[in-house]
Amino acid sequence: MMTEKHSSETVLGGYRVLDLTDEKGPMCGWALANLGAEVIKIEPPEGDRSRNIPPFYGDVPHPEKSLFFFAYNTNKKSITLNLKTTDGQNIFKELVRSADFIVESFRPGYMESLELGYSMLSRMNPRIIMTSITPFGQTGPYASFKSSDLMCGAMSGFMYLTGYPDRPPLRISVPQAYSLGGAEGAIATMAAHYFRERTGEGQYVDVSIRESMVKTTAYSIPWTEKYGVIKKRSGPYWTLRGENTRVHFPCKDGSVTFVLPLIGSSPKFSGKLVEWMDSEGMAGDRLKEVDWENIEAGSVSRELQRDLEEAIVGFCRSKSRDELMEGLVSRKITAAPVNTIQDIAANPQLEARDFWEEVDHPDMNTSIRYPGPFIKATETPCVKKHRAPMIGEHNAEIYMNILGKSGEELILLKGAGVI
Amino acid sequence: MSQKALEGVKIADFTWAAAGPLTMSYMAHCGATVVKIESGTRSIGARTFPPPGGEAGMISSIMFSNDNSDKLSITINMKEPKGVEVAKKLIEWADVVAENFRPGTMEKWGLGYEELKEINPSIIMFRSSARGQTGPDAHVAENGITLQSQTGFTYLTGWPDMDYPTPPWGAFTDLTAPALGAVMLIGALDYRARTGKGQCLDLSQFEAGLQYLAPALLDYDVNKKCAGRIGNSSSCGVPHGVYQCSGDDRWCTIAVFNDTEWRALCNVMKKPELIEDQRFATAVSRKKNEQELDNLISDWTMKHAAEEVMTRLQEQGVSSGVVENSYDIMNDPQIKDRKFFKQLEHKKLGAVTHHGVGFTLSKTPCEVQTPGPLLGQHTEYVCKELLGIDEEEFRELADAGALE
Repeated sequence: MMTEKHSSETVLGGYRVLDLTDEKGPMCGWALANLGAEVIKIEPPEGDRSRNIPPFYGDVPHPEKSLFFFAYNTNKKSITLNLKTTDGQNIFKELVRSADFIVESFRPGYMESLELGYSMLSRMNPRIIMTSITPFGQTGPYASFKSSDLMCGAMSGFMYLTGYPDRPPLRISVPQAYSLGGAEGAIATMAAHYFRERTGEGQYVDVSIRESMVKTTAYSIPWTEKYGVIKKRSGPYWTLRGENTRVHFPCKDGSVTFVLPLIGSSPKFSGKLVEWMDSEGMAGDRLKEVDWENIEAGSVSRELQRDLEEAIVGFCRSKSRDELMEGLVSRKITAAPVNTIQDIAANPQLEARDFWEEVDHPDMNTSIRYPGPFIKATETPCVKKHRAPMIGEHNAEIYMNILGKSGEELILLKGAGVI
Repeated sequence: MSQKALEGVKIADFTWAAAGPLTMSYMAHCGATVVKIESGTRSIGARTFPPPGGEAGMISSIMFSNDNSDKLSITINMKEPKGVEVAKKLIEWADVVAENFRPGTMEKWGLGYEELKEINPSIIMFRSSARGQTGPDAHVAENGITLQSQTGFTYLTGWPDMDYPTPPWGAFTDLTAPALGAVMLIGALDYRARTGKGQCLDLSQFEAGLQYLAPALLDYDVNKKCAGRIGNSSSCGVPHGVYQCSGDDRWCTIAVFNDTEWRALCNVMKKPELIEDQRFATAVSRKKNEQELDNLISDWTMKHAAEEVMTRLQEQGVSSGVVENSYDIMNDPQIKDRKFFKQLEHKKLGAVTHHGVGFTLSKTPCEVQTPGPLLGQHTEYVCKELLGIDEEEFRELADAGALE
C-alpha cells in the first residue's frame, strides 16, 4: 500500500510530523525535518520550555534567542496550542487526521490523561506513528522519575567511567543523553515508517533515553559478567582492553590524543617515538637500549612501560600541539589534536567539504553558521537549512490553510488561551 | 513470530571495528538480513577485542558478539579473484553495501560506487569513515579514541579548575554517528523502494558527531564564546551535580531547576531552614553560593546509600539518579523490567549478556535474538541459500581458497 504523497526528491517530502517534544527529544523531529518532512512544533502558548536553554544569541536570555533551540529546531514550523483545554485537544485531533508522525516527550501517561494516547489517536488514524521519548520508557518502576540529562548520563554507566579516579564521576559539558535518545528515536521512527509504507500499518514507538546511553558503556558489562571486574574512571587512560593505556597527552598549548602504542599491537611504533625523542636528546638510555623492532608485544615489562610513558609525557609537554601532530602523523602514528570549538570552527577538512551552512535570521538582521548535513547523500540530501520558528509563527498558515479555521475563530481561540 | 520492521532488507556488510557494525546493528535488530563479510586470513579486528571469553586464543570476543548480534558471517578472501566474484554476487543480491574502511579501500578491490552500480544499478552504498570520503584529511588514519578528541568531546569533558580535560570513556563518536547514519540509511531504503533509485551515502563520523555539539558551535559563531569544561554543573540548574554517598565510590546526581524542587530537596534533607536561608533562597543566590551548597548537600548524601538518596528525592519530585557502575546496571530493576539485556547462548562463549536497542516498536519487535556469528559461520548458508550457488560450485570456490 504505497502512498502517493511524495512532493519532492527527499525521503519524507509530503509527510507531516507533529512535534510535541520539549528539551528531551528535539533531535528526533530535527532529523525527520532534515529528511524533508513538514515538522510542526506544537508549543504551549508561552512557548516550549527548551526555548529557555542557553546559550543565547548575544547572551540575552530570551525565548526567541536560544541557540540550543535554534540548533535542533531548524526546518520546523511552530504553532501554539494549549493541550490542557478541550478546544486544544480537539484541534490536536484534527491535526492528527492529516499527520503521519507524532513525536512527544511528556511524562508517561500524560497524553492518555488528555485522552490523546496512542490507542485513541490510532483509532482516528491507523497509519499514524507515535514516538514517545522519555528517560526510562513508558514502563517499569522508574518510568515516572523526574528527569534530567545528568541523571540519564549517570544511570547509563557513562559517568561512572568518565573522569579521574580521585574525583566525582563526570559528564560531557555539552549535555548528550537527550540528543542520543532523540537520534535513536529517529531511527525507530524511520524503521516504523519503512514498515508502514510496505503494510499501511502505523505503530507506537517507545524510546528510553537512558537505554540509548547504556549502549555507550555496554562494553564494560562483559568485564563484570565474566570476570567480576567493575571498570572505573581512569583519567587519561583507556581501559577497554584491560590494561591501562594512556591516550591523553598534554603539550605546551593544549593536548593531543594517541593510543600509547606499547601494549598488544605493535611496539614498533614506540620505537619510532623513542627515535624521535632521542633525536632531540630526550630518550633515556634504558629506552634506547631496547630493540623496538623485534621486541614481542607481550614481553614489555611494567617497569619499561612506566619509563616509556614517563619519557613520552615529558616529551609531549615540551612541544606545541602542531609540532606534536606533525611528528606523530609523519611517523604514521594515529593521533588527533584535542580540538576546541574554536579549532573546529576553523577546521580545513570541514571547510573543504563545504560542511558549514549559513542560515538567514532576518528577524535579527543576521545570518548564523550552522553545522551542515549529518550525512552526504547523492539522491536524497538533507534539505537546506531554514531557521527555527518563532513561537506560533505558523499559527495562521496551519490553522487557516490546513484546518480551514476562520480569522474570527482564531481570535476566539486566542482569547480563550487555546493558541 | 511477528514481522520485523525492516524484514526483507538485504545488506552486504563490509564494516569492521565499531562505528560501522554499530550502524548495521540497528538495521539487523530491526529485521534486515545483514551478511557480514569477513576475511578468514587477514586481520580479524574486533573479533579479538577484549574481554576474551571462553577458550584462550579463540577469536570471538563478547564485545564482538554484542556489536554483531543478529547478523550472519561469511568469510571471503578478497585477494582471490574468485573471492571477489563471490563478493560481487553478494552485491548483486543486496539492497545496501555498507563499509567503513579508510577511503579508497573499496576502490582498490574494484568495488567503488561506480563499479557497484554496474553490478547492481539500484544499490545503496553506505560509507562511513572518520572524516568523510573527500577533502584533504579524508585518508588520515583515525580511530574512535582519536576521533572523539578531533570532534571536541574530549576538550569538553573535565573540571573547570584543571588545566586539561579527560577523555570520555570509550569512543563517543562511535556511538553518536551510527544513530544518524542509520536514520538516513532507512530513509534511502524507503526512497529506493519507491523510486527504484539507489545512491551513495557518505557519513563523516566527525560531521555527524558535531551535530551533538551544535549549540556550542552556534555560540562560537554568534557570541565568539568557546565552550569550556564545567564539570557537572549547569547554567540552568543549581544545585546540579554528583554527590558522594555512603560506601565505596558511590555517587548520586541531584539536579534542581526551580524553587519548588529546591524546597522539596531541603525537606528531604530535613533542613527546612535552608529554604529561606538568604544564601540559597533564590536560583541566583544558590548559583552564587554553589560550592557552599554542594558541601552542605554532600554532608547529607555521605550519610546515605546512593539508592536511598535517589528514591527519597524522586518521591518528592526532585531529579536524582544513582551513578551506576556496570554491576548496578546489570542488576537495575528498570533495565530488568524493560528486558534491555538478553542472555544468549553463544557456541563458544556460553551464556553471555547482550544489550538491545533503546527503543521498542509495538508491532515489529526489535529485541536481540542471536549472538554475534562465529567467523564464517554462515558461509555455506549464504552461498547456497541466499546466492543460489550449487554444491559443485561451492566446492570449487572453497577449494580455490575464495571462502577463507
